[in-house]
Amino acid sequence: MKYSYYPGCSLSSTGLEYGLSTRYVAKKIGMELHEIPDWNCCGATAAHSMNHDLALALPARNLALVEKQGLGLEIAIPCAACYSRMKYAIQAARSSEKERQKIEEIIEMPYEAKNDAICLLEAFAREDAQAAVKEKIVKSLNGLKVASYYGCLLVRPAGVTQFDDNENPQSMDNLMTLIGAKPVNWAFKTECCGASHQVDAPKVARPLIYNILRNAKANGAEAIVTACPLCMMNLDMREFEFNKAKKEFDIPVYYFTELLGMAMGADPKELGMEKHFTPAVARIKEAFKRPPEEEKPIKKAKAKVEEVKEEEKPKEAIDNE
Amino acid sequence: MSRTGVFICHCGTNIAAVVDIAKVVEKAKSMPNVVYVEDNKYTCSEPGQQAIKDAIVKHKLDRIVIGSCSPRMHEPTFRKMLASTEINPYMLEIANLREQCSWVHTDREKATDKAIDLVRMAVAKVAKNHALFTSSIPVTKRALVVGGGIAGIQAALDIADAGYPVTLVEREPSLGGKMVMLDKTFPTMDCSACICTPKMVDAGQHPNITVMTSCEVEKVSGYIGNFEVTIRQKATYVDHSVCTGCGICELKCPSKVTSEFEQGMAQRRAIYKPFPQAVPAKPVIDAANCRKLNGKAKCGICQTQCPQGCINFEDEDKLITNTYGAIVIATGYELIDWKSIYGEYGGGQYPDVINGLQFERLVNASGPTEGHILRPSDGKEPKSVVIVKCVGSRDPNKGKGYCSRACCMYAAKHAHQVLEKIDNAQCYVFYIDVRTAGKAYEEFYTRTLEDGAIYVRGRVSKIYEEDGKLICKGEDTLSGQTVSVAADMVVLETAMVPAAGVEKVATLMTISRDNDNWLQEAHPKLRPVETHTAGVFLAGVCQGPKDIPDTVAQASASAAKVCGIFSKAELQTNPMISKVDIEKCSGCGDCAGICPYKAISMQDMEFIEHGKKITRRVSTVNSGLCQGCGACVAGCRPGAIDLLGFTNAQILEEVDALCL
Amino acid sequence: MVERNLTEAIAKNKANIDAIQAKSGVDLKECYQCGKCSAGCSMAAGMDLKPREVVRYLQLGLWDDVLKSNSPWICASCHTCVARCPHNVDIPSLMEAVRQEAKRQGIVPVKEVDVFTNVFIDSVKKNGKLHDLMLTGMYNMKSGHLMQDAWAGAPMLKSGKVGLRPHTVKDKEAVRRLIKNSLKRGESK
Repeated sequence: MKYSYYPGCSLSSTGLEYGLSTRYVAKKIGMELHEIPDWNCCGATAAHSMNHDLALALPARNLALVEKQGLGLEIAIPCAACYSRMKYAIQAARSSEKERQKIEEIIEMPYEAKNDAICLLEAFAREDAQAAVKEKIVKSLNGLKVASYYGCLLVRPAGVTQFDDNENPQSMDNLMTLIGAKPVNWAFKTECCGASHQVDAPKVARPLIYNILRNAKANGAEAIVTACPLCMMNLDMREFEFNKAKKEFDIPVYYFTELLGMAMGADPKELGMEKHFTPAVARIKEAFKRPPEEEKPIKKAKAKVEEVKEEEKPKEAIDNE
Repeated sequence: MSRTGVFICHCGTNIAAVVDIAKVVEKAKSMPNVVYVEDNKYTCSEPGQQAIKDAIVKHKLDRIVIGSCSPRMHEPTFRKMLASTEINPYMLEIANLREQCSWVHTDREKATDKAIDLVRMAVAKVAKNHALFTSSIPVTKRALVVGGGIAGIQAALDIADAGYPVTLVEREPSLGGKMVMLDKTFPTMDCSACICTPKMVDAGQHPNITVMTSCEVEKVSGYIGNFEVTIRQKATYVDHSVCTGCGICELKCPSKVTSEFEQGMAQRRAIYKPFPQAVPAKPVIDAANCRKLNGKAKCGICQTQCPQGCINFEDEDKLITNTYGAIVIATGYELIDWKSIYGEYGGGQYPDVINGLQFERLVNASGPTEGHILRPSDGKEPKSVVIVKCVGSRDPNKGKGYCSRACCMYAAKHAHQVLEKIDNAQCYVFYIDVRTAGKAYEEFYTRTLEDGAIYVRGRVSKIYEEDGKLICKGEDTLSGQTVSVAADMVVLETAMVPAAGVEKVATLMTISRDNDNWLQEAHPKLRPVETHTAGVFLAGVCQGPKDIPDTVAQASASAAKVCGIFSKAELQTNPMISKVDIEKCSGCGDCAGICPYKAISMQDMEFIEHGKKITRRVSTVNSGLCQGCGACVAGCRPGAIDLLGFTNAQILEEVDALCL
Repeated sequence: MVERNLTEAIAKNKANIDAIQAKSGVDLKECYQCGKCSAGCSMAAGMDLKPREVVRYLQLGLWDDVLKSNSPWICASCHTCVARCPHNVDIPSLMEAVRQEAKRQGIVPVKEVDVFTNVFIDSVKKNGKLHDLMLTGMYNMKSGHLMQDAWAGAPMLKSGKVGLRPHTVKDKEAVRRLIKNSLKRGESK
């Protein structure tokens, strides 16, 4: 479990907790994260609106730095937007020699597109990490009903990300099951949060958050889990805003790393969990106090509903001996 | 010296508009062995043919070249014409001046040059032609029909009624296929079972038809007129020669299994008849689920209860081999597995999102709800039903690119049934196009609109559950509005795909499949039920999606083809086949391995060499099996094989004529 | 609504439409207008032309309508449309190409989106990394939405989520040159 690590701008600002909790959990399970020296902003979510080459060049400089770093590792990226931009850049550089040379010319650095990028969630969804997480769990979330929210860019476009299912992904749900939470089956796992349009087109974008929260609530979620600082901020901050107008939702939003950290016995402050807009600490503390769930063999997160119903009215009487 | 006549056809303006016919005629006159040249407006016409016949007599021609359309079009016509002259029908070569010249070129000068080359090559080749003679093979007047759905049943009945014996093979325990699962049939709304089951019974009782259920074709060899076919009779563990079909075993069997016939919405026993009107009306044991056979319990209740003593747990698969003169393939279809490809429709997690066949069972009086449309999840009557068309059809990204043809009509039927059977129901049909190309189809669709079905032009983007309703999101592309419907039940009209196992059948009969695995007909317009393997015909959906009327028509067409073969005592074989020069054959056997038709075998033959008798292995070609493909010729290292009509000498003459 | 002269539109705009197809990699003929894109689009409610309509207008040569449309600016590039599209029509790529072309011609239907993009890139140009406080401050100022989300400022400063001082890269010059190089190439095209 060794990765080059691209934290991205958010993890030292609006996504501070994500950075803190990632460091905490990685250290606990012995996942080495080697931060890329002197990395820069990947340009999401603005560069691709402005200029195609810029959208490739900003992430490419970081990828070139990884090659310079010379560890030959995959790059783990916590932010879904950064992850997406990096994947695009890698794909472009690999698509043709001409494209790769163009990128080199723009960034004025050699870049051979050698290293792959994965999202942090994928790093944790792998078997080695899951096994390590399992060993470090000291507390169970005792059936806390969580709605895993993946957003768009972790799973789409499938050809670029090549990670999980783009309508009903399971990797975060599986991690939640591991720490005793109960993933709810809901329909908005990969619906868009509006990304930066929450700032520059709030009228159109706000209902997206409302609909996500509503569907989570309708399916009984007590918490939402995310793997992206932008999704997190949009959900957390706008839920707080909605609730100021009318107390409608009681669904704190977490990074999956925060919940893993809590299950490993972290103090919420170590993870930065008190920094959320929508208060988040109490829900977890309360879950820890719940009676433990009965030991059941872990089922797949909501297996497909068996469509066979017991025949309610057998046509012939059956005299079973 | 041979005396060659050349006849250049204008084909109206098809050839003449691009090719300078006069110039071609002029050039042909100076070609080797050519003693006569003329051109005709339409060579294939009656006067055109007569002109050739006259020229043959007048100029003492012994072979001819015709510059016209593709030999695929009129070679048989001209051969037939030659048969009534002194010249052997195979002393003919056709230069394709239409499909391979005038139709594909625009430059008159270059096209004319090419036409001259084509004629010169044909003239060179024909000089090396030899008279060929067809031989004949006997015909076994017994047909095999593979697949016991409505297509197979109809084909079998038609052939049997014509007086020929038929074996009807079905892999399921009963005849009936998909049609017998359906409730009503569009556009007349007659009961599907009521019109299908009598045909099943007819087939089962017909003196000329042997029904073999729970059977699959295992091996096919031979050729038109004489296919040798091995059929696997799967173990049923019930002796059908004794069983009376009383049904006690089914009542007593303790093992409940999901019913395939009821599309997973009801249960059957491990010993079962798929449905009450099954033909044969006798049960079989499903070994995987039988407690005794799968070793989970001692059980054996059926055996102790059977008054006839016909349960035999020791039963085994049997192989039965027979000879057939012709084969009809009618293996049908299944519905695409939408659950694995449409995550946006819930991927199968919502029990009230069902497919069209499930709806057929729900609305069928003999189905699991006795004909009441009730939700599989809670048995409640849905008041709002959404029907989604083209699920898996016309969707090359997720499913299939083609249109499944029948769905537009049965979607209209389903909408009609919802509105007819449920009080105050609402029914929304999401569609991309409404295709009603059939007699009385458009009228049927119009009636559904009058019933009150709301047609929304757009593909549903997402179906999800919220507050007990299935929310269907789509766009009404006619108004440009994005819309949502809160439904109680959703019916997905899913694509037809070829029945599982079609690859095996295709391989056994050496017939080709298209990109979507549908079996390939010999010609999409003019030979729609034939395949490229002589004597093997197609019926029904195995050839491509179609509805019941088209399926039945095609089944009867294939039966007519079979009867055509059987009406002759003997079959003429194509003389343009491979010929082995046994003097040159080294006996390596490569050709036998190369032959895709299994037409070449190795035989020991006696030779006199230096006055001594020796035995040598050489290859021989079965004239009934050989299709004249020439693969063996190319593969023969000693050059011992030649393809009659396309001998190496003939081809080399053509090449020389072009290049030297 | 005025009647549109398709003969004229298609003749006049063929070059533009071919160019946008080449740039986006989208073959407009592939689309058969099923509307699955519009129906699944999270931002459709705010679009003057829904995703399907953008494709339709381009199919018909109604180039100016698309160029002036707010849709390419509002598209969140979430890729739901193309993931579900029966013909794999890459609408986000099409939207991006149209947006860049509109911007090149000085057509900016949604000022806020443009302002956001510009201040974002300015921030990256200046520091190599994003400075949230500057982004928000400059955005509010330049967009004229002075008080937008101002309530969140104090708690975020307090929790340390936003800082007065930006994080920066060491090699600022490298990032600046990279941005310059990219934009220069864009102009020369």
